[in-house]
Amino acid sequence: MNTAPAPSRSELKTDQLFVNLGPQHPSTHGVLRVGLTIEGEIIVKAEPDIGYLHRGIEKLCETRSYGQCIVLSDRLDYCSAMTNNLAFCLAAEKLLGVHAPQRADALRVAMCELQRIASHLILLGTYGIDIGAFTPFLYAFREREMVMDLFEMVSGARLTYNYIRIGGVRADVDAQWVARTREFLEYFKPRLDEYDTLLSYNPIFIDRTRGVGVISAEKAADYGLSGPNLRASGPAYDARRAEPHCGYEKYPFDVITAESGDCWDRYHCRVREMRQSVRILEAVLDGLPGGEILAKVPKIVKPAPGESYAHVEGARGDLGVYLVSDGGPNPFRAHVRAPSFLNLSILQEIFLGQRMADAIAILGSLDIVLGEVDR
Amino acid sequence: MSETEKTPSSSAAKSAALLPEPVFTEGPWVLLPHRAWPTEMWASPWKLPRYRRGAMMLAGLLLLGTGAALLIGEIAPWADMLHARLMLAMATFGLPPPAVMCVWGALQIALLIGIFILAPVVIVWWERKISAHIQSRFGPMRTGGFHGWLQTAADGLKLLLKENITPQHADSWVHRLAPAVALVPALVAFAPVSFGQELSAADIDIGTLYIFAMTGVSVLGIMMAGWASANKYSLLGGLRSAAQLVSYELPRTFAVVPVLMFAGSLNLSQIVAAQQGYWGEGYGFALLPRWFIFYPVVGQLSFIIFLIASIAETNRTPFDIPEAESELVSGFHTEYSGIKFSLFFMAEYGAMLLSCLLMASFFLGGGSAPLPFLRFIPSWAWFLSKAVVLVFCFLWFRWTFPRMRVDRLMDFCWKFLLPWSFANIAFAGLYLLL
Repeated sequence: MNTAPAPSRSELKTDQLFVNLGPQHPSTHGVLRVGLTIEGEIIVKAEPDIGYLHRGIEKLCETRSYGQCIVLSDRLDYCSAMTNNLAFCLAAEKLLGVHAPQRADALRVAMCELQRIASHLILLGTYGIDIGAFTPFLYAFREREMVMDLFEMVSGARLTYNYIRIGGVRADVDAQWVARTREFLEYFKPRLDEYDTLLSYNPIFIDRTRGVGVISAEKAADYGLSGPNLRASGPAYDARRAEPHCGYEKYPFDVITAESGDCWDRYHCRVREMRQSVRILEAVLDGLPGGEILAKVPKIVKPAPGESYAHVEGARGDLGVYLVSDGGPNPFRAHVRAPSFLNLSILQEIFLGQRMADAIAILGSLDIVLGEVDR
Repeated sequence: MSETEKTPSSSAAKSAALLPEPVFTEGPWVLLPHRAWPTEMWASPWKLPRYRRGAMMLAGLLLLGTGAALLIGEIAPWADMLHARLMLAMATFGLPPPAVMCVWGALQIALLIGIFILAPVVIVWWERKISAHIQSRFGPMRTGGFHGWLQTAADGLKLLLKENITPQHADSWVHRLAPAVALVPALVAFAPVSFGQELSAADIDIGTLYIFAMTGVSVLGIMMAGWASANKYSLLGGLRSAAQLVSYELPRTFAVVPVLMFAGSLNLSQIVAAQQGYWGEGYGFALLPRWFIFYPVVGQLSFIIFLIASIAETNRTPFDIPEAESELVSGFHTEYSGIKFSLFFMAEYGAMLLSCLLMASFFLGGGSAPLPFLRFIPSWAWFLSKAVVLVFCFLWFRWTFPRMRVDRLMDFCWKFLLPWSFANIAFAGLYLLL
């Protein structure tokens, strides 16, 4: 228990109260614990406490071969496993000096954008619950299920896909998958307007999120925020634009930014990003190149000694993987630059002076996944 | 058995043989048949024949209900008959008239308690079905056969049989007393409600005042629960709810003042009686019923204020701050389980039903028919159907809106609703002067 300073009698001050927000709390999105010291409803101190989901993934990578590490990368950010796979494979490919074939690149882009949609849908649903609207959750998960089905068609799995391989992807798609994906996109586009009418422009929702938890552009940059959390504050940094990987430069999309950096902007950046993902997906499906899906990669991956860093634009931000090779079959060292971890670091600063109810709104809008924070 | 234990290698081989062969499927990749996408249904469910059948079934139920209501007719004559029979029977046994009064009163109370206990069961089931259909689900479908109609009864039974936990550090007496303190006023407040022509358990002259006084006591139970649970979230929830309920009591009461001014009585039966008749009756046609909601500006304003304040009073979304799940786990009843929890639950739904009944009698003319040619349907049926429509509105709001923030909630009450309810009283005064 935190020891609150004794209140002086001369001032009209209430007792401070220490409240544990988590690790078992309906709205901490996993096993995050935040020790909140509150005065009435105002937060005077916030101490995030992480590590409840630490599995030592980075250390485990050192005892696994490169191919086996992809399985571990699935478990980092379990809401967007595809982008994790991609980041790891890109780093390994850099070490090996191989390039994925064109068709594999296109498939990787398609999978990552589908994954972005699925991941943002989770935020949309859970954020609604955080604010108190239960219904959008069911809608969002209904649509997410369709993406899961599409992933199941190509990889056989619905959460941890292990689909993207070093040098390409595991399996090819056929015309039926493409048709199904088009069907999903056609169905999904009007649903985005539905979310806007149901949740985004609801006066109560706007009242709860506008001007709450404002992060300035400077502060966001200082804390190393990335992804929609950064772009909501103004800077138009997107790894897909800044350093295009997998041929992202070929596809039309806008980098979504907003001005004020409050909770509503962070939320709505994601909703608008889903539209851009739909655009990219349509472009990918229209111009899906033929050919191989897997480059020539030796069965036992033994890269030359050296190091590599690859980063992709994940659903939660700039996801980087740093690999060091000593020439052996396992990585000598693996490190993940987890966007959620850095996004979470700003918590103790922006929580101060906010209300208890706003704390939930802010925490939800940052869209953290604890699997990635703790690793 | 022992043999396999002795030779682990053979047992391992055996179990390996039992395992299915791993299947590495290679395309064509198909969507599993049981995961078809009913996108048509999600995008426009009303185009499905199933929904049309459901609508027809609902219409049939309505017709059946109307038929039953017509068969029964007004309840007051039946009650009078029963009363006379009772008097006669008891007089033959030589019992004095006060005893008859006691028995008659006990019968009325039993009936009210029956309504109070049964109504939440029905409303909760209905709420679950409505929320399910709003969220493109089915809701309970199994228990009881037809669309899970027994689900809430089964849930109630389950809650009744569950362990009754009192936290170790809780103030056990207060903790035990709190559900009762929350429930009893909500139940007692039903007494003066007039369910139709001459159909109220206690036709008292200060009925309105009595109801508001009784519902005001419920706050105490919630505060006690919050305090006695020895849980910070419960405490926060209890305090929030005390602030909220006390605040919203004011606009809620003031919203009724214009109605009282027009009706000139606090008695609910007389308030309903003041709303009989139709506008334009003198000219030989009926335009609108003389319900208070149709009084220009004043009626609508006070109805809306009363509706909003009632939602806040009954802790429903968008004003369910006391049990804000995402912040306070579940507020004041976090530490309650079993029957004590279900008592809070019943108090909440009872209060909701009561507000709907009140709205129906204050603003929607109680048991009076909306148009003269519909007067053949008995008054209690009209009253209940109005209440049911209002309950539906409550449920609809809950599953559509997000939750307001606690300070905004207070601002909304003190800076918006209360001034407007004062202004509304002034409007009503002007109206009466003219």
